[in-house]
Amino acid sequence: MTTLKQFRTPILLGIIYLILMVWLPGTAQRTIAVTISYAKEMAIIMPAVFVLMGLIEVWIPGDKIQKWLGASSGVKGVLISFLMGTLPTGPLYVAFPLAASLLKKGASITNTVIFLGSWAALKIPQLLVEIKFLGGTFTIVRFVLTLMVIIVMGIIMNILLKKDLENIQE
Amino acid sequence: MTTIIVIYSILIVCLVLSLWNSREKTKKSFLIAGKAFMKTAPSLLTILGIVGLILGTLTPETISKLIGAEAGYWATLLAALIGAVTFIPSLVAFPLAGSLLRSGATIMTISAFITTLVMVGLVTVPMEIKSLGKKFTFLRNSFSLIGALIIAVLMGVILK
Repeated sequence: MTTLKQFRTPILLGIIYLILMVWLPGTAQRTIAVTISYAKEMAIIMPAVFVLMGLIEVWIPGDKIQKWLGASSGVKGVLISFLMGTLPTGPLYVAFPLAASLLKKGASITNTVIFLGSWAALKIPQLLVEIKFLGGTFTIVRFVLTLMVIIVMGIIMNILLKKDLENIQE
Repeated sequence: MTTIIVIYSILIVCLVLSLWNSREKTKKSFLIAGKAFMKTAPSLLTILGIVGLILGTLTPETISKLIGAEAGYWATLLAALIGAVTFIPSLVAFPLAGSLLRSGATIMTISAFITTLVMVGLVTVPMEIKSLGKKFTFLRNSFSLIGALIIAVLMGVILK
């Protein structure tokens, strides 16, 4: 059965949890508490993300995405991807399905990588926390270096994945 | 909390606009959402399970012990690896990084930890593969790890 096969890893993890409960009840208790708190977060955020993704697929025409974020969108495309990423919208796993829709609709690899990179490392609320605990200089230097690394990464990955992209977008 | 408010406000605005324009298309987007959810459900459960196991064993205290006052490149590498496998919200990670810095960890080590923590996600790899494919996921995470080490070294030099 395909469905059961898909859940192989979660089932395996469940068994590990059971073993842990017998073997190391202390660790198991902490583990289960963490799992529950993350499960709550996911249960609240993920439905909204999937519906948003559905709305993007249905409403935003491919030629628009291609114009804003496609291969010939240039500096404007980079800027839009960067700004979309810095919005306060939650953990990186939320961005994967969204990035996939953008890519399918015609966004370039470079812009998708920049979008994911700024989502991960350059979020505005995250920066405020960083300034508070690690200082302004640290935060600014890390911000600038990370932005440069992300853009270079985007360009390199674009070269390496150009052929695969044609398959996705067709 | 802000995350939830922002995401749901965006969603509500989009939904209202969508319903106003076409009920058919709105229905269709819910169908797409449902399908995508079913496809990702197993990897979501996997992420949950692994996050629990890692954070249950690798507590903030254990991390401080591992990369605390150690200096040198090994500590930086170790920090980068710990950052890559863990999955901590920034609200917890930055205070932890701040206290590590005060307890003697180098700028280089702290930068490596923070950068891989936010950019490399070994735990979320199954989900990233489902959405973006194996090759994309492999390349993005490898380059992020290399990039994080470069950032760390540069931070160490600039902020000496």
